[in-house]
Amino acid sequence: MTNTLHRFGKSEKLPDDYIVFAMAGKGFNEEGALEKAQTFLRTAIKYQPINMGNALVNSLYRPEKNLSFFKLYFVGRQEKTTYEQLIDEIPGPGSAAVVFDDREKVRQFIQDVEKLDLGLSVNVSALVDDVRDICGEVDITPHAVEYTLGFHGDTSKLPERETLKLSTMCGHGMVSPNFAKKMINHVKEGRMDKEDAAHCMAKFCVCGVFNTTRAMRILDNASRG
Amino acid sequence: MRISKEKCVGCANCVAVCSVGAIYIGEDGLSEINAESCVECHNCYRSLSYEHLMPGPIRIIRRMLKKVGLRFQPDPDLCPTEAIIPEDLEWPRIVRRAFSDPMVTHESTGVHGRGTEEVKTNDVSHRIKPGEVGLVVEFGRPGIGVYFREVQKATRVMAAEGVTFEEGNPITQMMISQATGDIREDVLDEKVLSCIVEITMPVDDVVRTLNVLRGICKNAETVISIGASTVCDEKGGDPLRSILEKEGYDIGWAKLNLGFGRVTNASVTNMEN
Repeated sequence: MTNTLHRFGKSEKLPDDYIVFAMAGKGFNEEGALEKAQTFLRTAIKYQPINMGNALVNSLYRPEKNLSFFKLYFVGRQEKTTYEQLIDEIPGPGSAAVVFDDREKVRQFIQDVEKLDLGLSVNVSALVDDVRDICGEVDITPHAVEYTLGFHGDTSKLPERETLKLSTMCGHGMVSPNFAKKMINHVKEGRMDKEDAAHCMAKFCVCGVFNTTRAMRILDNASRG
Repeated sequence: MRISKEKCVGCANCVAVCSVGAIYIGEDGLSEINAESCVECHNCYRSLSYEHLMPGPIRIIRRMLKKVGLRFQPDPDLCPTEAIIPEDLEWPRIVRRAFSDPMVTHESTGVHGRGTEEVKTNDVSHRIKPGEVGLVVEFGRPGIGVYFREVQKATRVMAAEGVTFEEGNPITQMMISQATGDIREDVLDEKVLSCIVEITMPVDDVVRTLNVLRGICKNAETVISIGASTVCDEKGGDPLRSILEKEGYDIGWAKLNLGFGRVTNASVTNMEN
């Protein structure tokens, strides 16, 4: 889950990006971790997260492995599963992540999770001052913090900024820069609308931490530029 | 991973989705994978949708459309003929998948993804203690990739500077000597999408260590993403942020462990005792 730490973009442009995830520590609190992770995700449903996932089963947006010519052209694609189906499919303990684009929902969800006292480690990846403010509002003292210090080394190998903003929303690198660039071009050329392009990219991020709302905003800006 | 020449129709959708640009269109107009560049992340196989069309008729349709200046182009997230085929991997190539496929669990640590929990479960593991800083140095991210031989260049420099490598980390587990930073010889020519080296130090030593990392980054042939973590004090603040800001780092995005693992701030309590 370092995969949520290095999202590229200027701080002031990240006000709609919050990832909350829960996990058990290996060898510490694994007992009942699957059921606890499912409870964590079910609690999030009432706040309608824009994405959700568990790396063992995939995210809300997922590839369709059983398409046919008839299904594709006459029935249509079904690219998004339901919250309930995803939660029921989780086969074992692992990280459980939800993504929000609304600060108030994050605040209320954190409050709910604290009351549940699941005994899982819960982390929030977002703008640090914003999360610290939320912690203050709900009277939580965070245990630890991890700051991103950015990208270093041979940064000449990185793609251009708009592509990087999209591709780094899957920190495991499953939204490739070439695919992100292709999606920008498809939107720019009017071959796809920004919503379809965002959902298309989200399918590649198996942990479910790709923020589709932010992706649509980036695609919109990039296609105008 | 390989692409079946019998099934591929050359739509090139897999070319763009490859995490490291290892897929290309060969001279025969069909997709191929550069095995040396491929990191076995399984992204193409796992995340493309399949339409199960018959390759023969599709090739004929493609040729006919081409003659009238048109192009058969399936949805961009689709392999129309299910042409991508995973292969059984043997040591040491299997290491590529262990580090690059987020759905695979690392045998050495029991953690999937990059194989380390870092500070995410620190409220129960106390991996980073009060007064300490953890640096998470990720080679190859985002989307560039790295050979372990290059990672070893960095771990050798770190070891020479006397850093402490985190035990619960798959790179540390692949070292033959933490004193020298040497990684086992048989994996050095393997390429992965990214891998994390974790080191721990007293907060007083973080500036010196960041300078060591600057030297490593200056000579790096890949991109390196760095994270810095520490335990919060009883008010939720920390001494690390001001140090990082003084060192010129722009602090904005971060990850906060809320301490819900039922031992909230236990390490702070221990320190007070």
